[in-house]
Amino acid sequence: MVHLITELSKYSMIILFALYTYQCFSSLKRSVDKEEQAEKYRSQVVYMYMFHLNAYAVLYASTLNTEILKFYAMQVVFFAAVQICYGIFYKRVSKLVVNNMCMLLCIGFVMLTRLSYEHAVKQFWIAVISMAVTMLIPYFISKWTFLRNLTWVYALAGITMLGVVAVLGAVSHGAKLSFSVAGIAVQPSEFIKIIFVFFVASMFYESTDFMQVVKATAVAGLHVVILVLSKDLGAGLIFFIAYMVMLYVATRKLYYFAGGLLCGAAASVVAYHLFNHVRVRVVAWQDPLAVFENEGNQVSNSLFAIGTGGWFGMGLNQGMPNKIPEVKQDFIFSAISEELGGIFAVCLILVCVSCFLMFLNIAMQMKDTFYKLVALGLGTLYGFQVLLSIGGDIKFIPSTGVTLPLVSYGGSSLLSTLVIFAVIQGLYLLRERTAAEQEAQRKEALKKQSGKKNGGKNGEAKKKPKKGGGKSHEENIHGTKVKNFD
Amino acid sequence: MKKTSTGRKSKTSTKRYGNREFVIITYLFVAVFIMMMGYFAYFQVFKSEDFINSPYNTRQNTFAEHVVRGEILSADEKVLAQTVVGEDGGETRYYPYGAMFAHAVGYDSNGKYGIESFGNFNLLRSHAFFLEQVINGIQNKKNPGDNIVSTLNYSLQEAAYQALGGNRGAVIALEPATGKLLAMVSKPDFDPNTLAANWESIIANTDSDNSVLLNRAAQGLYPPGSTFKILTTLEYLRENPNYQDYHYECQGSIAMENTEIHCYNNAVHGSEDLQKSFAKSCNTSYANIGLGLNKTKFAGLCKQMLFGTDLPIAYPSKQSSFVLNKDSNTDQVTQMAIGQGETLVTPMHMALLTSAIANNGTLMRPYVIDHTENYRGVTVKSYSPSVYGPLLSKDEANKLQEFMSLVVSEGTGSKLNGQSYHAAGKTGSAEFSNVKGESHAWFTGYASAEGKGSIAVTVIVENGGAGSTTAVPIAKQVFDTYFAGN
Repeated sequence: MVHLITELSKYSMIILFALYTYQCFSSLKRSVDKEEQAEKYRSQVVYMYMFHLNAYAVLYASTLNTEILKFYAMQVVFFAAVQICYGIFYKRVSKLVVNNMCMLLCIGFVMLTRLSYEHAVKQFWIAVISMAVTMLIPYFISKWTFLRNLTWVYALAGITMLGVVAVLGAVSHGAKLSFSVAGIAVQPSEFIKIIFVFFVASMFYESTDFMQVVKATAVAGLHVVILVLSKDLGAGLIFFIAYMVMLYVATRKLYYFAGGLLCGAAASVVAYHLFNHVRVRVVAWQDPLAVFENEGNQVSNSLFAIGTGGWFGMGLNQGMPNKIPEVKQDFIFSAISEELGGIFAVCLILVCVSCFLMFLNIAMQMKDTFYKLVALGLGTLYGFQVLLSIGGDIKFIPSTGVTLPLVSYGGSSLLSTLVIFAVIQGLYLLRERTAAEQEAQRKEALKKQSGKKNGGKNGEAKKKPKKGGGKSHEENIHGTKVKNFD
Repeated sequence: MKKTSTGRKSKTSTKRYGNREFVIITYLFVAVFIMMMGYFAYFQVFKSEDFINSPYNTRQNTFAEHVVRGEILSADEKVLAQTVVGEDGGETRYYPYGAMFAHAVGYDSNGKYGIESFGNFNLLRSHAFFLEQVINGIQNKKNPGDNIVSTLNYSLQEAAYQALGGNRGAVIALEPATGKLLAMVSKPDFDPNTLAANWESIIANTDSDNSVLLNRAAQGLYPPGSTFKILTTLEYLRENPNYQDYHYECQGSIAMENTEIHCYNNAVHGSEDLQKSFAKSCNTSYANIGLGLNKTKFAGLCKQMLFGTDLPIAYPSKQSSFVLNKDSNTDQVTQMAIGQGETLVTPMHMALLTSAIANNGTLMRPYVIDHTENYRGVTVKSYSPSVYGPLLSKDEANKLQEFMSLVVSEGTGSKLNGQSYHAAGKTGSAEFSNVKGESHAWFTGYASAEGKGSIAVTVIVENGGAGSTTAVPIAKQVFDTYFAGN
């Protein structure tokens, strides 16, 4: 009986998640109108709950641990609360981003429960608290206009905190990444990266002339150097890429981007020869089995898991994901691929891509340079971290030891990702409001116009695209489509 | 994500920022994400087998729970090992030919050895039709594992097994052009069918040299005796381009500092050149040759010829060894030159050297798994011949071939003369104790016939006396079978 449930659930969970993933992208089609889109998002929520129920049914059936049932119920309440709160307080945020956030958390809870029940419970409570706190962020983001003026506060805060960690921080896994506050290990780079994005955005909001670029680059370089010196290669890379992307978009100068990436490549070569911990990662990436006893152990085990799982997976609780060192943090993707299957894993990548697209979408829709750059920076942080994490797990690139946002275990990572998502939601709110205001103004203007000129319908139709052209041709990949006047 | 509005917007908008750069960044990230998913699929389809089948992958127990271990077949389609499932679902591993394939096929109880060990994951994988697997999974039935079709040839193995008879020793047959292992016999042996039952008494023999479990073909270390003269000759050829001018007057013995070297059976060979010295296996002449060799270069040649190296085979093997450096005295040098003293080789090592000579200098990497197929005979994965590397030049190999032919036509291998095939080789009678007249009988050589390919055979008979009388007839049996059947 247990076997039957596990075996059938392998396929049903893949189907449910595949349907969910399909809706992430089918809702972006131009032909989909607002009602259809809302319907698709509702169906996503249904798929998520069905997957959640299915997964916990298997976990319960294979362990017969009644605690798991209670834990499941608590999670259902949590997800319902998140959905309802967003539904009531933030009607205008992107539903797709809310759904993806819940889905990724849900997959994380399922996998962590399977890997280590205690850690899953801990993660759950961190999620509850983080969610409660970050729930306020969209409101403040849409209200606080002074955020763009704190340029040097961000720089100072970031450098100071990173410096403190580098000097005093506890040594964990050969990298100085965290310090403990009241018994809780905090990984500051997770938060500083957000502050860093705000710093860069406000710098380039002020100006993009050469001196400004020099100043911003100096501060950004300092961040990256401190991170590399404290052996946090993954974070260093993420900061670097986020900066390069923002610099390029803000200045619109391709040679900055190309030059920067070239310098980055050169720096990597230097780092390879200079630092042993960089070489170790590259050696493990080149041929993990050849150095299985030492450097290659983690990546080899990850690939054993992914390969053994195949496309359909071993089934929850049927594999041996705990053989992978650091499986709860850096290598959770491999555990998912082993037990839930390669198809499920590809869908997971697609959901992450969907989040990234939603981040970049709002960046493009905002009118305000500062917000555009913030959304771009945060989107890059998120997208690049996903690439580093999954790419490292599957040996696409050398492993850099970063977490998969919202899915991996880890309080700092979870809270900081929720902050990013909340800021993005704040921007969606802001966009909706400005759009509404503009619309009101436009109507006002139109009234006046038609009153004055007493023009016919044709005249109106001609003029509208001119004024509202940008808006009315916006692509509707965001959650709440702007009403089209044409 | 294509934003058709972008171009229009940048024209009509008065904002400093268009979205062109945003779109570029979005495409860039999406492209990398797609590449990553492509790599994931590539890994699953093409690369995962390497990792799944790695002996480091400890997920084997999980496999055995869902798969009935596949069969091991000979190249001529005889079943060498199969799992018999009883009515109660109990599984027994059955070896139809008992001890004959004991070391080649190996065993799967009390640990694993041979193909059962390094082919373990192939046997425990099921590539049965996908839907069949789903149905089996639902019914909680095991899937039929994949079969391994080996390169082992039943007729050759039987011939070698019978020819070796009750002697202790080993016989190896390789295909020089491909590296296929055609036969491998080691005696004393055991019946893998009763290994578990007799385990206690088998391991009670703590003297590992006498253990039936020891695969003498790859793990037995023996003094090479005169077979080593192949390498001495090669070194002489390298140092003396005018080797044709070599002349020596054999008087049956030669005195060194502390020892006296005699020819086998105190023969006196009289006047001889290099060819005759080799064909007659004249010890005194080779001691004389040894004295003239550059010790450092000779040691270098041995290293190049796989001494002190792990042999490139899947079976566990010992490293061959020698003692020679620039400070070695004349005793050591002359002993080395005739394959005595502290020089030790494995029969597999000699077989590989012979195979390389027969293949014009190029050693093919030996392998024993030809391909794997699902239980219906559909090929899953084929293993093709691969080059290990050139051990000697074609010119050198051709000269050695000529020398080895003379051994058969006018020397110690004359029992192989006048056959339907052309044979060549080198005999050896290696003294292993201080008791005069006690020696291991060696033969290592190859044979070929027009249109029938070629085969390399190495034979050692422990305490078998002269190679020419004991080992050569065994090799002949194998050659006869090969060319009769082919």
